[in-house]
Amino acid sequence: MKIIDKTAFERLLDEKISSGQRDVVGVQDDGEKYVFDDLRSASDLALEYDVTMLSPKKYLMPQRETIVEYRDTNGEFEWRAKAEPDGKVIVGIHPYDLVAIEQLDTIFIDTLRDEPYRKKRENSLLIGVNMQDASETAFAASMGTATTDTGYDLMLTDLGDTFAVNIGTLEGKEFLNSTDTRKATPQEIQEVERIEQEEVPELFERELEFSPALLPTVLAENYDNMEFWEDYSEKCLSCGTCNMVCPTCYCFSVDMIRDLGENSGQESRRWDGCLLEDFASVAGDENFRGEVAERHRHRFMRKGWYIYERYGDIACVGCGRCTSECVADVADPCDVYNKLYQEVQARAQ
Amino acid sequence: MHSSTTAKFDIGENEYQPVNGLITRTKSFAGDDKLFEIQLPEGEELGHQPGQFVQLLVPGVGEAPFSVTSSPTKPGPFELTIRAVGNVTNAIHNLEPGDTVGIRGPYGTGFDPDILEGEDILFIAGGIGLAPLRSIINYTLDERERFGELTTVYGCKEPAEQLYPDELEKWAEGDEMAYLETVDQCPQDQEWDGPTGVITSIIPEVDIDVETTTVLVCGPPVMYKFVLQELDEMGVPDEHIYLSLERNMHCGRGLCGHCQINELYVCTDGPVFHYPVVRDKEEAEV
Repeated sequence: MKIIDKTAFERLLDEKISSGQRDVVGVQDDGEKYVFDDLRSASDLALEYDVTMLSPKKYLMPQRETIVEYRDTNGEFEWRAKAEPDGKVIVGIHPYDLVAIEQLDTIFIDTLRDEPYRKKRENSLLIGVNMQDASETAFAASMGTATTDTGYDLMLTDLGDTFAVNIGTLEGKEFLNSTDTRKATPQEIQEVERIEQEEVPELFERELEFSPALLPTVLAENYDNMEFWEDYSEKCLSCGTCNMVCPTCYCFSVDMIRDLGENSGQESRRWDGCLLEDFASVAGDENFRGEVAERHRHRFMRKGWYIYERYGDIACVGCGRCTSECVADVADPCDVYNKLYQEVQARAQ
Repeated sequence: MHSSTTAKFDIGENEYQPVNGLITRTKSFAGDDKLFEIQLPEGEELGHQPGQFVQLLVPGVGEAPFSVTSSPTKPGPFELTIRAVGNVTNAIHNLEPGDTVGIRGPYGTGFDPDILEGEDILFIAGGIGLAPLRSIINYTLDERERFGELTTVYGCKEPAEQLYPDELEKWAEGDEMAYLETVDQCPQDQEWDGPTGVITSIIPEVDIDVETTTVLVCGPPVMYKFVLQELDEMGVPDEHIYLSLERNMHCGRGLCGHCQINELYVCTDGPVFHYPVVRDKEEAEV
């Protein structure tokens, strides 16, 4: 573990910003919400934030990106797949969002190769920060994602005038090369451990009443509990906001446009969401998840059971974004998990 | 069964790279269906398994998945049969020989002819469901000696909806495969001298040994429950049944999420499923 003065860290970031080698983005207060946005000066960082509206997933899998271009020049027709190595330095990622990115890495790099994602991911530098505040809807401590030992290049912990820096990768170490750091003292190492083990868990107002390891079973046992899913989704507007703000949602749609007046165009993909009414419909009026209760059930089964079965991860990191951003005040995974657990308990008695 | 999330045509490292597909021939059927013959660069074979699909990109319009309808035993270009029901398919219908589309794939888990080797096979096709099945039907006819008794049952809404009329005639007249067909009804302006009634009304007429027959089914979503019920009553074990299912797909590679049936991805785990795998999946609707 290294120690860096906050002023030195800011100077380092400002150097990286002005070098223009790679975009530097970080958490900022836009007046209403915390957001990841382009950083013009390190002094704009707001690292004591509770939660950002969108996760840094938006830099690895943008809301819309071109994946294929085509061109027709003098009868020579050409398709060209695109994958921009548009990596960023991303500053101030909370541990639960790092865990979410690790899950996406498993799917988009390790399992089903996806060049647009991989190119951006491998050219990005992830600088995490230990939480100093939490959204009142978050329950990351219960999900085991409030702290993390992996998934970052650098991990900061605020120690007053300094940051303690855990170095996760060689690339992270190189990032610090041009600045002054010193080795952390045993007391500083102890202080970081104390913060992670004692202070961070205390930030959360919400709590899962059981181990997340039981979640796949709890969900599976409530698959047929349609009464619950219907009650839960009754006021849902099917707007898909919960999908859009989720750091682990990665479903997308693909569409194409033609450049006006030219024999060329682009195909792009954009975020899509399983709560949207037409998500599972096919040509010819068939919708395989036409009821809103079925769509909610699918979302929960996917987060806590299906993805676990396929990739070994619980795809809910407890960030609470779906709850705080839900337009109809419906989404509340912590409450859903607890109620489903209680139902399983009641049935067992 | 054969499975693939990796396209054969791997230009660079990018899985989304399409190759040019040159339309070399089209053939319209009486309904809204049209067959497209597509040739790949340098005459390369698609190298698909029966039941697999490709993503077809129409420049400036969009892309959609289509099962390959030709058999891999047929050399040269491959064929797709496409019903005009939406933006992309309507645009495809306006394409002509000489036009170029984009092709990614082949993708998915198809029918594995090696597993069917030596077996009696019953093919049950409803409507445009004959398009994917035609690939494996023609495969078994082309390598006839590798398979046991063959039977095809084909049901359509009306006579004009029938695909591949020339081939149907050969199937009906030939002695290599038993062939039964029906239409739900025959409108007054069409001709039909076969039986009328839904497909399940002629399934009991097939002459098969349920102990030795593998059944391959493809049709509109509403058809599966009734056909499976009929097969159950005939005593066909579930383990002998394979289904090809249709869902919305955008990527073909197990990512975009549109085609999911519970935890299964139709684009990679399917579109051909062993019936016991999907039997208890509510979203399979079988």
